[in-house]
Amino acid sequence: MKKDILKHELVPEHNILSESDKKRVFKDLDCNQNQLPKIKITDPVVNAIDAKEGDVLQIKRKSDTAGTFITYRLVES
Amino acid sequence: MGDIDQKIMNKVIKIAKKKETNFPESYIDDIAEAYVRRELTDKELETLITKVKKAYERSKVESGEAIGTVAAQSVGEPGTQMTMNTFHYAGVVELNVTLGLPRLIEIVDARKTISTPTMAIYFDEDHRFDDEFVKKTASTIAKITINDVLDDFHVDYGQMNVEIVIGPEKVKEKHLEFDDIILDIEKSFKKHTIDIDNTKITIAPKLDKRNKSGIQIRDIRLLADKIRDLQISGVKDVIRVIIRKDEEWVLHTEGSNLKSVLKMEGIDQVRTTTNHIHEIYTVLGIEAARNAIIKEALNTLEEQGLSVDIRHIMLVADMMTADGTVKSIGRHGISGTKSSVLARAAFEETGKHLLNASIRGEVDKLTGIIENIIIGQPIPLGTGSVSIMMKK
Repeated sequence: MKKDILKHELVPEHNILSESDKKRVFKDLDCNQNQLPKIKITDPVVNAIDAKEGDVLQIKRKSDTAGTFITYRLVES
Repeated sequence: MGDIDQKIMNKVIKIAKKKETNFPESYIDDIAEAYVRRELTDKELETLITKVKKAYERSKVESGEAIGTVAAQSVGEPGTQMTMNTFHYAGVVELNVTLGLPRLIEIVDARKTISTPTMAIYFDEDHRFDDEFVKKTASTIAKITINDVLDDFHVDYGQMNVEIVIGPEKVKEKHLEFDDIILDIEKSFKKHTIDIDNTKITIAPKLDKRNKSGIQIRDIRLLADKIRDLQISGVKDVIRVIIRKDEEWVLHTEGSNLKSVLKMEGIDQVRTTTNHIHEIYTVLGIEAARNAIIKEALNTLEEQGLSVDIRHIMLVADMMTADGTVKSIGRHGISGTKSSVLARAAFEETGKHLLNASIRGEVDKLTGIIENIIIGQPIPLGTGSVSIMMKK
């Protein structure tokens, strides 16, 4: 039931980054995780994919201008 | 895309990589499409990619560019041309939806209650063309009160009770069960004496501590209103349902409750949506809310015949959703919660911000634009955004 919302057309694909992916991403973006946009731990999508506080989510947005755009959000309380 | 061979796509991606480009996906698609359509040779493809790379790099926003200000102007100017208040239809004539400037303000203010919430409910593959199922679902979504199934209604001031007669045909028409209605009434009026005689139901208030001096006429009147307004079927907050058939059946509603509707059987959980952004945020999350803001703002502008580049609206949506909640633009949102005291004071409620800052001993790091204008320093924008770093 709680996973159903992930199918909705307004919800882009969210994935939890592994520690090594995190390091690579922060190196590529030249930033630290506190500079990322946030996503609340109470967010229905965070709940659906069982992310924990401090996880970084990779979001594959469908964009009208770029086709697919990859962005990141930090899970925080 | 789609009909273009994956082999060609990979080839374009490979050459693009070799040329050290970082094109977005849509560029790769377009180049691959041009490669097939124009029947380019491999050498021409390479030249194309080099040229596109040059143009792409040139068209990128420079660092230090005031994109926020440009976005504000780009949305603000068409806003002056919008009609002040248009109550209009959204593809459905019977349904009034706020559009125009009031709607745009509503979106940008991130209102928790909007003036005309509405849903578009689609059905899943099995029920898309099932007339009977659609009608039945529509009747279960729409709000039905006791008042809608009444044959007779009578307030007896002599006996101090309310007498209602439920019409069996009306109950059947609305796809309801008589027993369910009785159950609903019994549940809602536990503190009253209920007397059921076939379809005739008599409800009277009980004497208790609160009204030991006797039942007042006012109590009876209130009870009568409460009985008539008792909701016996339907989704909370949905007032009316309009059934439409274009290519498939679609339900348009007045009032919105996405959470309950998505749980219902036979509903398309992919396309069913609402125009209430806050509801989308609570049901589908922050990223869905971002998409909804972009979609709603763009539709509102387009409906008025105005074209604003989607990038400006995307920036607004990104700012509104950056901290994980939907923040408004303005006093209680982005402008009012900036870290700089001077920037906040310059916007609205100057005295309040300066007073609170002095009480708390806030420090202003002077990193923003407004603060630096106030104290007369070069602003960190464009060429002003570079500064000197000491060599150790």
